[in-house]
Amino acid sequence: MRLTGRYRFSASHRLDTPALSPEANRKLYGKCNNPHGHGHDYLLEITVDGPVDQDGQVVNREAMDALVRERVLRRLDHKNLNADIPELAGSVTTTENLATLIHGALAGGWTLPARLARVRIAETARNSFELEV
Amino acid sequence: MFLTRKAEFSASHVCANPAWSADRNQAVYGNNANPHGHGHNYVLEVTLTGDPDPVTGMVFDLRELKEILNREVVDPMDHRFLNREVPPFDRVIPTTENLAVEIWKRIEPQIRREGVHLHNVRLYETADLYVDYGGEQ
Repeated sequence: MRLTGRYRFSASHRLDTPALSPEANRKLYGKCNNPHGHGHDYLLEITVDGPVDQDGQVVNREAMDALVRERVLRRLDHKNLNADIPELAGSVTTTENLATLIHGALAGGWTLPARLARVRIAETARNSFELEV
Repeated sequence: MFLTRKAEFSASHVCANPAWSADRNQAVYGNNANPHGHGHNYVLEVTLTGDPDPVTGMVFDLRELKEILNREVVDPMDHRFLNREVPPFDRVIPTTENLAVEIWKRIEPQIRREGVHLHNVRLYETADLYVDYGGEQ
């Protein structure tokens, strides 16, 4: 059985890589390369997988919410992903890299009995990225 | 090919183990353990898998699928207090997980036929919490 919780956080970022010239960055990332950055209301889905326990649950909701809040939302919500998140220093703050970061942040402190099975993050209602683990 | 049909029902429930203290129920089920119950607008998505019939072009007759969902799930559960009115939830705690298992048990035998079977039951308790159940592994 899989159980999915949805969470939200808002953050700003700018897509830019030092590996490319300013001109090439502008061409590659378009509006996302705007020097002053821009922001999104990210929608995060965390899926856990495991048997239904004797309490009738895959996972305790409050324990799961607390873990996501502590390890992800508290660190990312209302932050500038380029400036405020040391783990992202040196990498481009794409939603792909953000998904990998979130997976690492959760997996590194995972205390729930069910397995972390999926991280899905939507940057806008029109694009989303999914990491099956 | 996968085919998914959606249905909605609204029901109240209490998630609490009668053998436990109020404090222990609160610790395990949070405010879902409130003894007088509370409600949700459940959204059910059932996904079937099979090949389209060469004559009808359909994996499954959608009208029949709607009738199965109404008969087995919506009619008995909509606007009901699950613990009091919908067996087995008088003895099985109606968590979203247990509801998904019960829905699977009710509809799976009626869907299974040559070349078609039930693939997944997704049940949303709220827009921000859902479970997926694919039967006994």
